[in-house]
Amino acid sequence: MSALLEVQGLAKHFPVKRGAFGFVSGHVQAVDGIDFHLNAGETLAIVGESGCGKSTVGRLVLRLLEPTAGSVRFEGEDLLALSESQMRARRQRMQVIFQDPYASLNPRMTVGAMLGEPLMLHGLAKSEAARRARVGELLDLVGLRPDHARRYPHEFSGGQRQRLAIARALAVEPKLIVADEPVSALDVSIQAQVINLMRSLQDRFGLAYVFISHDLAVVKHIADRIAVMYLGKIVETATTDELFRSPRHPYTRALLAAVPLPDPTATRERTLLEGDIPSAMNPPAGCRFHTRCRFVKEFCRRDVPELADDGSGHSTACPWWLEFPPASSIVEAASQDQDRIRLARLQAAFVTAQTEAT
Amino acid sequence: MTATTLSPATAATDAREENPWGRAWRRLRRRKGAMVGLVIVLLFVLLAVAAPLVAPYDPIATSWSAVRKAPSWAHWLGTDEVGRDVLSRIIWGARASLSAGLVSVGIALAFGVPLGLLAGYAGGWVDALLSRIVDAMLAIPFLILAIALAAFLGPSLSNAMIAIGVTATPVFIRLTRGQTIAAKVEDYVEAARAVGNPHWRIALRHVLPNIVPPLLVQASLAIAGAIIAEAALSFLGLGQQPPAPSWGSMLNSAQRFIAQAPWMAFWPGVAIFLAVLSFNLLGDGLRDALDPRHK
Repeated sequence: MSALLEVQGLAKHFPVKRGAFGFVSGHVQAVDGIDFHLNAGETLAIVGESGCGKSTVGRLVLRLLEPTAGSVRFEGEDLLALSESQMRARRQRMQVIFQDPYASLNPRMTVGAMLGEPLMLHGLAKSEAARRARVGELLDLVGLRPDHARRYPHEFSGGQRQRLAIARALAVEPKLIVADEPVSALDVSIQAQVINLMRSLQDRFGLAYVFISHDLAVVKHIADRIAVMYLGKIVETATTDELFRSPRHPYTRALLAAVPLPDPTATRERTLLEGDIPSAMNPPAGCRFHTRCRFVKEFCRRDVPELADDGSGHSTACPWWLEFPPASSIVEAASQDQDRIRLARLQAAFVTAQTEAT
Repeated sequence: MTATTLSPATAATDAREENPWGRAWRRLRRRKGAMVGLVIVLLFVLLAVAAPLVAPYDPIATSWSAVRKAPSWAHWLGTDEVGRDVLSRIIWGARASLSAGLVSVGIALAFGVPLGLLAGYAGGWVDALLSRIVDAMLAIPFLILAIALAAFLGPSLSNAMIAIGVTATPVFIRLTRGQTIAAKVEDYVEAARAVGNPHWRIALRHVLPNIVPPLLVQASLAIAGAIIAEAALSFLGLGQQPPAPSWGSMLNSAQRFIAQAPWMAFWPGVAIFLAVLSFNLLGDGLRDALDPRHK
């Protein structure tokens, strides 16, 4: 099966302008040569700290930003070769959900106008009546009522607004949805609801997600595969189970170790990251993680490690991973956050029951 | 789990169905100054529209038996140097002043908003070019530029309106451009691109409606400025031509009789003052009512 989305050597360097004449004094290497693919109906999570370039990747994939280099192939077609109007037509197949549902909905458009717009743009509803019917159907699909179409976004809560954003993305029946931190602006109880909604919609419509997040607990619940990004590069990709079972890259290990444990008496390997993420304007030479890596070697300061596949689909951008202590000490602890998710779901059920009772 | 997921739509059921304009109107009504301004504005509009019905005399009919008469029961606000009724002239003059205010600001909006939208949305050299032209025009004082343009076009009320409108345009270009630049980086604009909107539609349907509030405020303040400008041009003989009444030209003829017939200068002055004040009050009230940060 050929991949739905194939990204190769994707890079985005933002020029930094200084002074009155706007001379370019440097470039922020937000994304610096990354490769990944996504199959139809699959969820690939891109995780990393803020500033690692993961949101930029999402925008590049949808061509909301123009890449500096690389290629994006969607359904076998090179998106970067398309003209502006050809690209607009392709947007029917690929959609986006943003992080902040308070910013991503036009405050001066009714819900009906907002959901009807993509239908009109792509000629998906021939008549006014058909459009209205489809808008009602979409609202129903995301757990809202058809008569909400007359309302304005400010009349909805955060979770409901994110449902509206999902409905807008679904309107054109896309194959791919890029979800940029879709639940990180929401309460934990609402997060679980939105994640479950996204999963059920995925099953129903065969959607593929690029799920961008910094929250490993959320990612674990929805992703089939995970790509870990650090400073504009992917440092490790693996299936979700594999990554949580045996993280290899020192950065991935540190991320997993940082997931909080619900058990106050639990002990585990602490590989806390020291220092800040370096500036993407002037990233470290060699391995970009070497300034914060506890296993750093001379090689790391000089040579850029390749993202190497071990044959099973688990790739690591660190040639030394076999020499590190076994990951079980991190992982056992981290697996306990299953409990956290269960707890969150339980809370969600209670919150729902409560709102329904009132 | 699906059942739980698909039903929590209940919280919005009791929310009022109210559009953003309804909310702004509700807030505007609570502001005394703005409501006083609005009432006076509406009163002037009513006077101007119904001038033929409410004016007690013909505004240009002269009467040699009633030259420079002080206010009395026959002439509430007195008469001028050729015996015309000052009240009637003020009522008819409201037509000139208000239409000058509305038409010239209409011209400024009609050119300023599209150009500002273009500059702000397109950016690059289009923006650089338009912005430099705006800077150059704003470097010349408002009235001086209006007078120069009106003198160039020739003295008439419609030319005065054009001159004032052109002079007021750069402010609207600059305001629209700034607001557009701020709005175009909002997530909802990016979302509009992501669903496949062409650029012109994003600019008109997604950016423009969100920048209307500050434009509305600026427009109501600009009307006040335009009324003063029209009065100034008419005072100088570049606006409304005699014998047609205008507050500015009434002031002009009154200056020669300021000692003998002060009412000739007083009442047109009061009319200008009230009209300008009420538009300013309304504009300030609109600014507060439309500001999303005020609750």
